[in-house]
Amino acid sequence: MQKRKILDGQLLEITVARLTQEIIENHEGSQDTVILGLQPRGTILAERIRASVEKQTGQDVPLGYLDITFYRDDFRTRRNPLSANQTKVPFSLENKQVILVDDVLYTGRSTRAALDALLAFGRPKKVELLVLIDRKYVRDLPVEANYIGKQVNTIVSQHIDVQWVEDGASEDAIWLFESKETEQ
Amino acid sequence: MSQLSKRHLIGIKGLTERDLHKILDTADQFKQIINRPIKKVPTLRDFTIANVFFENSTRTRLSFELAEKRLSADVINFSASNSSVKKGETLLDTVNNILSMKVDMVVMRHSSPGAPRFLADHIDAHVVNAGDGAHEHPTQALLDSYSIREKFGDVSGRKVAIIGDILHSRVALSNIFALQMLGAEVMVCGPKTLIPRHMEALGVKVELDVRKALQWCDVANVLRIQLERQQLKYFPSLREYSNYFGINKGLLDSLDKEILIMHPGPINRGVELTSDVADSGHSIILDQVENGVAVRMAVIYLLAGRRAS
Repeated sequence: MQKRKILDGQLLEITVARLTQEIIENHEGSQDTVILGLQPRGTILAERIRASVEKQTGQDVPLGYLDITFYRDDFRTRRNPLSANQTKVPFSLENKQVILVDDVLYTGRSTRAALDALLAFGRPKKVELLVLIDRKYVRDLPVEANYIGKQVNTIVSQHIDVQWVEDGASEDAIWLFESKETEQ
Repeated sequence: MSQLSKRHLIGIKGLTERDLHKILDTADQFKQIINRPIKKVPTLRDFTIANVFFENSTRTRLSFELAEKRLSADVINFSASNSSVKKGETLLDTVNNILSMKVDMVVMRHSSPGAPRFLADHIDAHVVNAGDGAHEHPTQALLDSYSIREKFGDVSGRKVAIIGDILHSRVALSNIFALQMLGAEVMVCGPKTLIPRHMEALGVKVELDVRKALQWCDVANVLRIQLERQQLKYFPSLREYSNYFGINKGLLDSLDKEILIMHPGPINRGVELTSDVADSGHSIILDQVENGVAVRMAVIYLLAGRRAS
């Protein structure tokens, strides 16, 4: 299996800092912005973005975790049911500006499921999408991100793996694998 | 791998410890969902479930039906009292007729032990046992285990006394299997006539004195005296049963510890439990009912998502 590093720890830090600046630019002074990390792989990024925004602005941004397992559209086509992760949205999303955070934007199906899932917590004023890696040309649905860490051209047989120190990796890194297994 | 080891839920016996933990962990997520303002998820939106009840049931059927609807499944209900069963149709014919309408899962209660096993061997749909005779009632044992785990954090190491009519009870048998698999110690207690012989062979303690049983346990799972199932007289009178085996506030207060009281319902107030116990802070009877929906959602979700291997 071939693999290639797309982002290392240092570049990733710069990327997170830039994404933070973009959010601050768009949401300056806003009292109703909340961050929702998508389970399981968007939560660490969401925590880092939140911490970074707070450090820059001194503003407290509510953070939640959204699990989309029960909202997916592939229940019938999968061999096995997926294990659910915890959803923790301890605030109403009614009239909030929601920033959905995920690590990789691929087919767009997770994002569709997330849009469905978050409606259970109210009707947001606006929903934006932040992703670390945007895989171009492999979308199944008309979904695009508002904040993008890095765009990569990939084909379906490739796989992207985001490794975080928080998850036990020796350093933050994003890898591109050539594999027979598709990501979803 | 996140799937169960079986395609059907016939009994707790036959499941693995991993299966039980998987179901209880999944139920945690569903419990959170049914406590939201919007209590429904679209997971099973093209899935059809038939609730086939050859024996009367109110709360189990309601609990299953609500669980199915919270998962967005289509639901049809069938009960034997107003059906062709009275005209002599066989079980397999009845179910095959229902399956011809493209049903994916059958939830069945039947008075004959083994009926769900028979069905599972002969049809393609998933089968969930909602109680078969005096054999098993697996979802009740799962929700009881879930409720104990919720209160104590873990079932392992807990002492559970099952008190009442053990002989006629499918709840008792399923509970024994589930609690033991999860690492709990189990005792049964009741009139000698209502305790099956050779209980010790299951690794269960037998106690005839309810006070000693309560003094021993952390949790008392009190079963209903099922008057309708008793063709013989197993004890002289309800009053006598209540005097010897009924649990009242005075009895609980005289113990030197706090214990949890569970009951699968419906309660015969004044027989196995007095009202001041059933409605006290010791009782988690209504938590059990709420947890029943979450646990059944977990069972249906995990079975429905499992393809034939």
